[in-house]
Amino acid sequence: MLLLGTPLAWWLARTRSAWRRPVSAVVTLPLVLPPTVLGFYLLIAMGPDGPAGRLTQALGIGLLPFTFAGLVVASLIYSLPFAVQPIQQAFEAIGRQPLEAAATLRASPLDAFFYVALPLARPGLLTATVMSFAHTVGEFGVVLMIGGSIPDKTRVLSMQIYDHVEALEYAQSHWLAAGMLVFSFAVMLLLTLFKRESRP
Amino acid sequence: MNSTAFIEARFRMTYPGFSLDVDLQLPARGITAFFGPSGSGKTTLLRCIAGLERAPEARLSFKGEIWQDGKTFLPTHRRPIGYVFQEANLFAHLDVSGNLDFGARRTTGKPRDRGMIIELLGIGHLLDRGVQALSGGERQRVAIARALLAAPEVLLMDEPLAALERERKREILPYLERLHDELDIPILYVSHDFDEVTRLADHLVLLEKGRAVACGPLGELTARLDLPLAQDPDAAVVIAATVAAHDEKYHLTRLDFSGGSVHAGLKELPLGHQARIAIHARDVSIALSSVEDTSIVNRMQAVIRGFANARHPAHLLVRLDLGGNALLARITHRSRDHLDLREGQTVWVQIKTVALID
Repeated sequence: MLLLGTPLAWWLARTRSAWRRPVSAVVTLPLVLPPTVLGFYLLIAMGPDGPAGRLTQALGIGLLPFTFAGLVVASLIYSLPFAVQPIQQAFEAIGRQPLEAAATLRASPLDAFFYVALPLARPGLLTATVMSFAHTVGEFGVVLMIGGSIPDKTRVLSMQIYDHVEALEYAQSHWLAAGMLVFSFAVMLLLTLFKRESRP
Repeated sequence: MNSTAFIEARFRMTYPGFSLDVDLQLPARGITAFFGPSGSGKTTLLRCIAGLERAPEARLSFKGEIWQDGKTFLPTHRRPIGYVFQEANLFAHLDVSGNLDFGARRTTGKPRDRGMIIELLGIGHLLDRGVQALSGGERQRVAIARALLAAPEVLLMDEPLAALERERKREILPYLERLHDELDIPILYVSHDFDEVTRLADHLVLLEKGRAVACGPLGELTARLDLPLAQDPDAAVVIAATVAAHDEKYHLTRLDFSGGSVHAGLKELPLGHQARIAIHARDVSIALSSVEDTSIVNRMQAVIRGFANARHPAHLLVRLDLGGNALLARITHRSRDHLDLREGQTVWVQIKTVALID
């Protein structure tokens, strides 16, 4: 997630290209789109007749829908804005000044990225990691479309809760739901604590 | 053109509301100040030399090596420069020591003596501190040390004192003067503060609206009546002088120069030391005869070379020749008519205060 999100965020924060706004809009799209819509299109794209499906078949990976790998890819796309936005904001907050200073101290752009921009964007990277992870755990709609909730393979927590409720097994639902609640709270609490510490 | 020019810079760029159009030869020694009001293009010029800004039409060479022309553009990190920003611009994720090492570790130049630079800027006690814990003046000193440790062949400074309060400025100026005396590399120094320039600069590039109005040795330019410098309320000429004697009883130091000698407040400098003195135009008055019964110590003969109107309608600027050195006096029109002063006339000048700059 960070491997994909960080360079993308860097590009979005620094570029003056005309592509900046369209790309930024596409990356943000999963925030506003109903997850089922996204899931539906992903299902089509990764299916036997979709462009992504043809590609994976040609590469010998087979079809992705209803596999764990497919689930990962779908979650990745769905959670991208949660990773990209904090990192992009962190990069924008750094501004160009420290990078100019690095350049006058003989650091090449790549060198400056790793030794100046990344360390300075650490709080943003931390937020991105936690947010996208937590968000992926809680995902439902996309997973339903792509994963299909096959036990031990593509069944995720949120799906399990849904099944329990459907079957009117409220006791099990409570256990899982409360577990999610506690987990999410713990993550957010840790994040705020971390941030306070890393602030000078 | 001349053999001592080590940077030849020609830049032309136009933005809405701003343009830069200069063609300069900068000397290989001492401090060259880019002086002008804000918006005159001095910072842009410096950034162009550093490669932080790319002028569409440019030719820049450094010691004969092309840094920029039609096809070439050497990126900033491959130019052997040091750059001190207006805000110190230290790396917040590193401590002072880490900041100092950043450039030192990457440079391909001949490494500088770390201990000597730390001592020169007086930052030895700060090395383990985080940069947030530093005062503005300390930060700027660390930034200068950091730039020097990257072993630059020229140091560029963009108004390093502008963001500091008056007190902090006073604290840091002596360090800059030490740089001037002890460094073997030239410095390009951007400033809009005339006082700073008279204290530090050897050469001056006078900028106005993106153009270089004049370029030359400080002493020559400060005494020219046709330049805006003379109109500055703090207008002063700078003269090279030799420390000749110390008067312990009255706490005065006598300085000799080709047109005479003056007394300034005592400063512990070795006899024979080459110093510079600044004489403000407002501190110079003119008399037709030698007045003995006056509190003013510095009196000598000079020849009137020219007049120019000052900004204030009551005032008049007079350029005088003092044995080869130029001097400016700001007097009133009324005085000139009263004394009937004319060009070529020999008069007595009285200088109330002389500022001794190392």
